[in-house]
Amino acid sequence: MSELKPIKGKIFTLPFFILLILSAIALVFIIKRFMYGLGAVSNLSDGYPWGMWIVYDVVTGTAIACGGYAMAILVYVFNKGQYHPLVRSALLASMFGYTLASVSIFFDVGRYWQMYNIFLPWYSNTNSVMFEVAACIATYILIMWLEFSPAFFEKPGSEKTLKKINSVMFIFIALGVLLPTMHQSSLGSLMIIAGDKLSGLWQTGFLPLLFLISAIMMGFGMVIFESLFSSVTLKRPLETPLLAKLSGVIPKLLIAFLIIRFGDLIFKGKLGLLFNFNLQSLMFIIENLLFIYPLIILSSQEKRNQSKCLFLSAASLVLAGSVYRFDTFLIGFSPGVNWHYFPSFAEIMITIGIISVEIMAYLIFIKTLPVLPDVKHA
Amino acid sequence: MKVDRRDFLKVLSAGAVTAAVPDNVFARAKKNVSPEAVGILYDATLCIGCKTCEIACQNYNKLTSQPSDSSNTDFDPYTFALNKIEIYRNGDGTNKESKNGYNFFKKACMHCVDPNCVSACPASALTKDTETGIVSWDSDACIGCRYCQVACPFLIPKFEYGAAFPEIIKCEMCQHVQVKGKIPGCCDFCPTGAAVFGKFSDILKEAKNRLALPEESNYKYPVGDLSGKRSKDNPVKKYINYVYGEKEGGGTQYLILSAVPFENLGLPKLPDYSNASKTEGIQHTLYKGMIAPIVLFAGLAFTTYKTAKADNQSDKGE
Ligand code: SF4
Ligand code: SF4
Ligand code: SF4
Repeated sequence: MSELKPIKGKIFTLPFFILLILSAIALVFIIKRFMYGLGAVSNLSDGYPWGMWIVYDVVTGTAIACGGYAMAILVYVFNKGQYHPLVRSALLASMFGYTLASVSIFFDVGRYWQMYNIFLPWYSNTNSVMFEVAACIATYILIMWLEFSPAFFEKPGSEKTLKKINSVMFIFIALGVLLPTMHQSSLGSLMIIAGDKLSGLWQTGFLPLLFLISAIMMGFGMVIFESLFSSVTLKRPLETPLLAKLSGVIPKLLIAFLIIRFGDLIFKGKLGLLFNFNLQSLMFIIENLLFIYPLIILSSQEKRNQSKCLFLSAASLVLAGSVYRFDTFLIGFSPGVNWHYFPSFAEIMITIGIISVEIMAYLIFIKTLPVLPDVKHA
Repeated sequence: MKVDRRDFLKVLSAGAVTAAVPDNVFARAKKNVSPEAVGILYDATLCIGCKTCEIACQNYNKLTSQPSDSSNTDFDPYTFALNKIEIYRNGDGTNKESKNGYNFFKKACMHCVDPNCVSACPASALTKDTETGIVSWDSDACIGCRYCQVACPFLIPKFEYGAAFPEIIKCEMCQHVQVKGKIPGCCDFCPTGAAVFGKFSDILKEAKNRLALPEESNYKYPVGDLSGKRSKDNPVKKYINYVYGEKEGGGTQYLILSAVPFENLGLPKLPDYSNASKTEGIQHTLYKGMIAPIVLFAGLAFTTYKTAKADNQSDKGE
């Protein structure tokens, strides 16, 4: 196992300052939201009660943050120890993705001051899919911080604490696989109750399964993407051979996903909706092309070993899963002819601010804690 | 590690088998109307669009006119009251109840028998009374997640987007006056008897009676409630032979009669089950007694324990 080390470099670089400014702008809008209500900053309405924040920050953001989950499945469940060097950085990205999703929920929820009600037994509604999602995500965030905690203690003088944590680590890891399996699928189940308000191109009882598979794929896609990206930007050696091997899992998942998706559409006779030539059918086509591209590229052993192909297919896969989520929650959702939604400037800026905070936190952590494989050993 | 043909076929057949399972096999059983349930019968043929019900509703519920930012003025209830008279026009819109006509529809909560909103609400803020069947909202419980708005097939719950401390607003069938023996404001003040209040079984019987009346005959339409204390004579219009709400979305306690197709009143075509029965069915199948998650957890804990141990040993060996 190669050693993990903090990487060298200043924290306050120019990009860091730009991120700081973006988060400051978001903060101003967030203050406005708390003073004057959701309508003051967003284009949300009674017809479109969920917009950019829920769909990007929570539904898509947590799926993008499934790297930690996907790697844990591979390393601990399928016992592929060779991927170990990628685990901690994937976990870190997941931790921030999820933590910030929960921050976004806090300002999206209208009556945030009594948000804890969900967890009070006399108020919890166990029939509610939303309850299941909330409970699982909250627990998972806690578990991820525990899973990551050894990074804080891997220094002289903390050996005892470290040993204690490591001896129960398997429980956290197991929960770290169980919980995302539950809530990533339930994020899909959320929309089943919307019935015909969601277009037949997306509405199906298989939403939980499709959301689960696509979340795992996005997780792998993200691990590849992040690894290549940080190699280039942080001037570290490429981990192409390892990533090439890793990417071999993706085509299998993609095939399963596409068969369930199209099998269900054909079975229910909904494929005809594709020929409506509206925004929905266009987005459906774009979404599926983005899924098919990595399938073609990654099925070829030769292409898998080229970092450029790897990078493009990983990006396409993550994008595909994201578009799938936007389609299921927004584009495919129409409450009636009189309703329209497009995110407002403030909504977009708040989301950008959240992403900026996420990247800043990631940079601080990899520069101060042992997260990435040490260059000499990698 | 190429996807070889065998692997491919395996995944293919597994996927095909899954996809061929109809997706509502897991739906849980339907719910029944409680024998004590109350309801409202709205007969669109009698509605003259006077909006007295809106004023009555506003008074009964002490509402101040407070349009939400998001209001869709023509079709959005609750900018003013908890029910809204919507106007639908077809063709040149000259005569009521004709092809080239106009129609009114009194939109309000349908008090579904198996309500999606109640199933969706994570904090049990929306509940259905086990006796009366009235669906009401609890401000102490609600977290404002607006999942009820996503879930309701009739777009009923409204949220105050313009308020720093917003609430969900919906019709609760004036239960606060019902406990004092009075009837809901909209029914009490409707001058023609287009909206009448009664026990659910009685309003359903009344609805079916009306469908059997000969066209153009004179009928003593009850006003307010079905007690017969108040009534108003009117000629019977040619009804569509259907009670909307008897089956829609698993049934509703607000029943509707009309002389024009229900789509023309902006009412959605719904299956005869509630989507809540589908979602809850899937959730219950997966999470019944938490057995599946616990078994999965045990398996995972065992595997990770083994892997982690093997890892530690190889670490020491290095
Ligand atoms: S009409 Fe909507 S708000 Fe009213 S009970 Fe049914 S689901 Fe709930
Ligand atoms: S907004 Fe309130 S009432 Fe509606 S689902 Fe959320 S917690 Fe329940
Ligand atoms: S029952 Fe009461 S609250 Fe509901 S629409 Fe009628 S007057 Fe308004």
